[in-house]
Amino acid sequence: MQLASMPFNEIRLEKMSRAFGALNALREISLSIKKGEFIALLGPSGCGKSTALNCIAGLLSTTGGGIFIDDKRIDQFKPEDRGFGMVFQNYALFPHMSVRKNIGFGLKMRGRPQSEIDTKVEEAIKLVRLQGHADKLPGQLSGGQQQRVAIARAIVIEPPLVLMDEPLSNLDAKLRLEMRAEIRRIHNQMKATTIYVTHDQDEALSLADRIVVLRDGQIRQVGTPHELYEKPAHLDVAEFMGFRNRFAGKVVSRDGDRATVSAGSFSVSGTVVGDLQPGASAVLAGRPDDVLLADGVTGGVPVTVEAIEYRGREYVGIARTADGVEIIFHADRAPDVGSAVNLSIDPARALVFAA
Amino acid sequence: MSVITDHEPTSLRKKLALRGIDGVTLLLLPSVIFVLAIFIYPFFYGLMLSFTPIREGGMFANYIAFFSDPYLYNTIGATLRLAVPVTLLCVAFAVPVAMRVRLMKHQRLLTTILVLPITLGTVLVAQGMLNYLGPQGWFSRTLMLLHIVDSPVKLTNNYWGVFLSLVVTVFPFTFLLTLSYVTGIDPGLEKAAATHGASAWQRFRHVMLPLLVPGLAIAFCLTFVQAFAVFPSAVLLGAPSGPTRVISIAAAQAAFEQYDFTMASAIAMIMGVVQLCIVLLVLVIRNLFYRGATSGGKG
Repeated sequence: MQLASMPFNEIRLEKMSRAFGALNALREISLSIKKGEFIALLGPSGCGKSTALNCIAGLLSTTGGGIFIDDKRIDQFKPEDRGFGMVFQNYALFPHMSVRKNIGFGLKMRGRPQSEIDTKVEEAIKLVRLQGHADKLPGQLSGGQQQRVAIARAIVIEPPLVLMDEPLSNLDAKLRLEMRAEIRRIHNQMKATTIYVTHDQDEALSLADRIVVLRDGQIRQVGTPHELYEKPAHLDVAEFMGFRNRFAGKVVSRDGDRATVSAGSFSVSGTVVGDLQPGASAVLAGRPDDVLLADGVTGGVPVTVEAIEYRGREYVGIARTADGVEIIFHADRAPDVGSAVNLSIDPARALVFAA
Repeated sequence: MSVITDHEPTSLRKKLALRGIDGVTLLLLPSVIFVLAIFIYPFFYGLMLSFTPIREGGMFANYIAFFSDPYLYNTIGATLRLAVPVTLLCVAFAVPVAMRVRLMKHQRLLTTILVLPITLGTVLVAQGMLNYLGPQGWFSRTLMLLHIVDSPVKLTNNYWGVFLSLVVTVFPFTFLLTLSYVTGIDPGLEKAAATHGASAWQRFRHVMLPLLVPGLAIAFCLTFVQAFAVFPSAVLLGAPSGPTRVISIAAAQAAFEQYDFTMASAIAMIMGVVQLCIVLLVLVIRNLFYRGATSGGKG
């Protein structure tokens, strides 16, 4: 099974749009996906990521724009004529067919000779490590095994594009980690061009070559996991990347890419994203693990500790400023609940966005 | 366990629970009495009655009489010739209609229209069709007006009259059953089949149909039992002494024309056995197919 032999270079979405009545679920999504790439569509629920996937699969028609494989326009094609593979959130395995028949379904529908189906299905079963389960019905398999069948069924037809719709969301936490590694391994082996929809940034960061962050039906940012994690371009992308602490205020001074934001009774400094001049309203965002106890240092953020959780190697605390802003911080010791402490934020790690 | 027995059980429910009886089960009692009085007892009463014939010839005399008189035993064939094609047609027709209706926005409206004949009752439908399909009815007149036929189409007082009225009265029932089975199949499965290259026909043939078979078998059985018991339309729209002399007519004649209730009971028992045979046959066939969940994984 070599997808490298498929003759195409890229899949392009050109201003792909979808409206449900007056609601614009997707607004002019443009994206170019190179062959072999693993793309994650990341966003909160209702952001349009599943709509985008269904439009690409052909299960929903688009209301504007086009979908192209190289120069061939395919958005008018029926789903069965697009030749993609799809892995569904609830697996959607055919309950009356054995694992072997489920996996061979796409090949059979394409009228391939039985001998070819047998060989390819056997290879696919090996790839997803389901030897010994080939003659079982889906109902006899565990959730993780069912999802392996669904993946095998999608990739056995050697599609130009594999679509995955939150494939791990029905699995428990431990299995989710296992299957994540499994999907990565299968992708490395098969190099199947993949679009993976998820609302879990950890999944997107660990699996994808590039992440597309969607919000309100629009692309907010496209980049490698590293780019998105280190340099989110918007506040909402930053929130998705773990910047849970936010201080709204005004820029009081700027020095190079460093800005100081005054947020009521205190000031904090961070790295500017975009263009912000003194006087502009801004939000400084920081990850909890970049907010630390500032023992004996003055000039930090004075807060009252509200709760402390022990997390093994360290403590995670929730504190509140005099103005009522909640801050989540990390600490190597447990300050007393109710005590007043100073918190410091690493200015190199905190980001300042326009508000 | 000794802790429980140490305490004096206070309520009847607790006393029963200690003996392994769930008190709530007692709520079944009224319906059990009802079923016993209205169904089980009359059934066995009729069964015994059929073995105590008025005529000479021992306890099986009624049955021997039935199976030695072609005018009587031919009613089985006549009824099957009506009931089986009607049932097959209804089931075959209900599937595509249900497949379409499940995707419709105004599903409830269409369902209401289709179900209306159930509420009208068989006699009213038969009467209506007698007027509509009769020699002076609209149906023939319209066809003649359009010069499609020269003389009225004969659709009453024969096999086709009964056939049509049976389809009209039985189809809504078959349709409702089928619709519930069709909508019970996870729509994700069809989507999965489509994305993996199955055309509309292949999706039906390889995914929907195999999952529908168990439901369709039940729909067939229940529709068949209804159609087999055809009586008013066979009398009103058919030829009750000819091709549509169905088994229920034979039973009615025995009971209310010859006043031989033992013979009527015997005919009713034979009717039940024939129905049971067909139903069992269909259920045996059904067991050859997949039966189980109709969703494709965790929902």
